[in-house]
Amino acid sequence: MTVPKIALSGVRKSFGPKVVLDGIDLEVAKGESLVVIGGSGTGKSVLLKSILGILTPDSGTIRIDGEDTTHLRPRERERVMRKFGMLFQGAALFDSLPVWENVAFGLIQGQGMGRREAREIAVQKLGAVGLTPEVADLFPSELSGGMQKRVGLARAIATTPEIIFFDEPTTGLDPIMADVINDLIVKCVRDLGATAVSITHDMASARKIADRVAMIYKGRLIWVGPVSEIDSSGNPFVDQFIHGRAEGPIQMQVRNL
Amino acid sequence: MGFVSGIGRATLLFFEATGRLAMFTALAVSHCVRPPLYLRHIGRQMVDIGFYSLPVVGLTALFTGMVLALQSYSGFSRFSAESAVATVVVLSITRELGPVLAGLMVAGRIGAAMAAEIGTMRVTEQIDALTTLSTNPFKYLVVPRVLAGTLMLPLLVLVADIIGVFGGYLVGVYRLGFNAASYIDRTWEYLEAMDVISGLVKAAAFGFAISLMGCYHGYNSRGGAQGVGAATTNAVVSASIMILVFNYLLTGIFFS
Repeated sequence: MTVPKIALSGVRKSFGPKVVLDGIDLEVAKGESLVVIGGSGTGKSVLLKSILGILTPDSGTIRIDGEDTTHLRPRERERVMRKFGMLFQGAALFDSLPVWENVAFGLIQGQGMGRREAREIAVQKLGAVGLTPEVADLFPSELSGGMQKRVGLARAIATTPEIIFFDEPTTGLDPIMADVINDLIVKCVRDLGATAVSITHDMASARKIADRVAMIYKGRLIWVGPVSEIDSSGNPFVDQFIHGRAEGPIQMQVRNL
Repeated sequence: MGFVSGIGRATLLFFEATGRLAMFTALAVSHCVRPPLYLRHIGRQMVDIGFYSLPVVGLTALFTGMVLALQSYSGFSRFSAESAVATVVVLSITRELGPVLAGLMVAGRIGAAMAAEIGTMRVTEQIDALTTLSTNPFKYLVVPRVLAGTLMLPLLVLVADIIGVFGGYLVGVYRLGFNAASYIDRTWEYLEAMDVISGLVKAAAFGFAISLMGCYHGYNSRGGAQGVGAATTNAVVSASIMILVFNYLLTGIFFS
């Protein structure tokens, strides 16, 4: 049996009395694209940040390529981080640096590549996400939301990572731009042969980029299966979520005015 | 019961904050002496802290020196000690007012800017992004600022000392009618190297405190625009308090 790219077992995380992750078991195979769906505040972002090591789980283990990365020292963490690329929800571009330096950041700072060579790669990656070389010298604040997302994507793939995370890649974009981003994600992941984990509550996006879907609710994974089976899951939680109904087993606490 | 638990909670919070700050400081210092150092960033911060603070620090020093000459003249003339004005000006500026006032001005200018910049990077996930790009945010953000602050403040204060003494000279010679040559003689007569050196050591400590507080509050800011605002305020207030406390402690060490 092959070693899964990412394996979580019994991961728990709470902030004070609030339990955010309540025993997550999950495996992602190499080259697979997993999409985690779930409502706001169900622990999706915390799950990603735990795998990345930005947050340390209270218990449970996280393995990357079979290596336990739950409690790594900072230096070793940097080595493991080289396998990762991440597209943040708000793009999280460095606003003090021009676009090309943002894209080339991992190459220059992480890998010690020369600035001239890194710039060439950055312009090439910008081309891969449909941006012209003129954009390279602009600053992130001069770009529209959709362009910022694309620059964030270019930055995430610049170091040709083995694993890419997408945190709500289509949130806040118009439907057409959202679809452009979805196409780019599918293309980039396929071209790199990377393993992808995305979190989203946008079902159109999930259907497009997922091989497999996992639904998280109240810190637990309540359904995991291939994207083709999502309409026949037989799980009332999943049915409610993918059809976007207010009535169902998932209840929002709303009081009368 | 509520009263006792209130005291307990406050005490715990105090020790928690102290411990967090101590760990932050230890981490910052340990990263300062370990490669790699981002020399580009250190250079940029040095220009920001040193060069661009010159106008505000210079202006502060100039007027402080001028006021000092006026005040000490009007006070000392009551017991015919006008000749001590030059000495009082140079000693006050180099030992106390140069470092403290420059420190406070830089705390407002640089400490606030650091907290706001790093705080915004925190709440927009840019610090997390650094981690995912295998860059240690401590090395990339905190170390250049702390190093630049510690190195540049003494240089700033040296300039402030000169400008402050010059301010006293201007008032002394052109307003109070001192003889220029004898005013300069008086300035040098009782000045010792230790007066200036102690001021520069203070400045280095203040620079460290300012940049550390700016980075610490920015790095730990939470919750959007309001959090960044609070971080900025806390950075300036805590840096200013630390400057005043360190000033007393260092003066005690140097001149006791």
